[in-house]
Amino acid sequence: MDETTHPHPTETPELTPWDRVQLARHPQRPHTLDYIAALCEDFVEFHGDRRFGDDPAIVGGIATFNQRTVMVIGHQKGSDTRENMKRNFGMSHPEGYRKAQRLMRQAEKFGMAVICFVDTPAADPKKESEERGQGNAIAESILVMTNLRVPIVAAVIGEGGSGGALAISVADRILMQENAIFSVAPPEAAASILWRDSAKAPDAARALKLTARDLYELRIIDEVVPEPVGGAHQSPQEAITALGARIRAHLDTISQIEIPALLKQRYQKYRVIGQYAEAGR
Amino acid sequence: MKEFFRRRKTSFTTGGQPEGNPVPDDMWVKCTACRELVYKKELNDNLKVCPKCGHHMRMSAHEWIGLLDTGSFSEMDANLLPTDPLGFVSLDESYAEKLAKAQQRTGMPDAVLSGLGMIGGEHLALAVGDFAFMGSSMGSVYGEKMSRAAERAADLGIPMLTINTSGGARQQEGVIALMQMAKVTMALTRLSEAGQPHIALLIDPCYGGVTASYPSVADVIIAEPGANIGFAGKRLIEQIMRQKLPAGFQTAEFMLEHGMIDMVVERNLLRDTIGRLIRLYGARRHPVAQRDPVEELIGAIPYLNGRA
Repeated sequence: MDETTHPHPTETPELTPWDRVQLARHPQRPHTLDYIAALCEDFVEFHGDRRFGDDPAIVGGIATFNQRTVMVIGHQKGSDTRENMKRNFGMSHPEGYRKAQRLMRQAEKFGMAVICFVDTPAADPKKESEERGQGNAIAESILVMTNLRVPIVAAVIGEGGSGGALAISVADRILMQENAIFSVAPPEAAASILWRDSAKAPDAARALKLTARDLYELRIIDEVVPEPVGGAHQSPQEAITALGARIRAHLDTISQIEIPALLKQRYQKYRVIGQYAEAGR
Repeated sequence: MKEFFRRRKTSFTTGGQPEGNPVPDDMWVKCTACRELVYKKELNDNLKVCPKCGHHMRMSAHEWIGLLDTGSFSEMDANLLPTDPLGFVSLDESYAEKLAKAQQRTGMPDAVLSGLGMIGGEHLALAVGDFAFMGSSMGSVYGEKMSRAAERAADLGIPMLTINTSGGARQQEGVIALMQMAKVTMALTRLSEAGQPHIALLIDPCYGGVTASYPSVADVIIAEPGANIGFAGKRLIEQIMRQKLPAGFQTAEFMLEHGMIDMVVERNLLRDTIGRLIRLYGARRHPVAQRDPVEELIGAIPYLNGRA
């Protein structure tokens, strides 16, 4: 934790984890392209993985942020059914992750910091995605991010669901909005795996410790960013501005660090995650 | 090398229970694929590959140690024990109860067995999952053991073999479990930096967070015949996504056809194959290449002299 990290902001404590899941999924919540449009100038979107296709569930390109050119990448959900069909509800296919990898490598080549907006229920679980190597695509993304020689900031702006979220969130700093969630699996899937009943999702949401506050306390994320009263969708501009300021602050901090030291810190950051007992110690 | 499975004959019988329902006198087992009754000793002598239909039955992590040169294995990190980092509130059995049952059933503290050993006299680090331990789900102990084994291999300058079977991330450890995907993948980059290969063997079944992390970016990926390998489970695809799946979907052979793995190798040839790979990677003529600086390259091109 560096000095830019704040303790918990004031929150509405009476919200249950399941309430936050609903807020995180609210269709009127600002999505990646809203953040890019409001926080960046001169955004140029890039398309395609150069191997198979272009995945509208992940967007990315270069833009000016804080007077510097950065690579911005994010899952893109829709705000209505039609757009959600086009965007596959923000569930990326292998070609989406491979596009993200291509853009990250380009960011490294040109010395641009990477900002990732995380907002996906999960990776696309369809037959076609399996055929094209969904497992490999996510694994490659993780690998690219583990030793990318530029600073990376990830911000969870809605749902951070399972490997599909992890694939673009291996970063030097992970921020979460107050009502965003980050989970090993969507609560419905976890309830199904654990208790063979997806209707027990609210119980799973509580047990999984998926809220921003929980994950800050577990030292998984670096900061909880406050949202407007009632959630980000109540005042999108306010939510976007608040998050933008914190991304800027973290990026300023980590951009001061020499790359070898940054990579070492990134390794350490992930290496220490995990809790176990050591008998005989 | 060739005698791998002949040499293993006796010690396999000392391992855990074979997969399938043992018949009362415990002499015969029913093959989980062809349903034929097989004499237990014959099955064990055949490395738990059904002599009738060739089905590769599951083996415990300890049984997989038989892949190494006899007596060469020394276990690492046997003292790492799982905890309950989330204080997981379960609707049925508690996480602690589930762990205790799995520990009793398998005799292991958690799903991974790791250590150092040899194949054909060549040193390597080995980490192997045991599906009987909560579906070999990846939690903190799984991630820590894999990471330590990878770092140890990097420090010693030896290859690493991972034997992977898993239902995915361990739900009871939440995002901590999810993050093990990044942690192990990262630890294995140390092995790459040390110029040593990671060979991943995928055995039945291998799904979720394990498929979506370190084994899928290994230098060599091998799978056993018929092993089920995928990211999303078949039940999810069929019941939630409502898609019809063709026969052979998500098998080792399907993965080979789609370019996701290097080879499908039968169990009785694994030792020979892996031994050969380790010898080949170990007998390189040139040191691991650092790219020449651009200036030197420019200096080597006559007409560019003086420009750099």
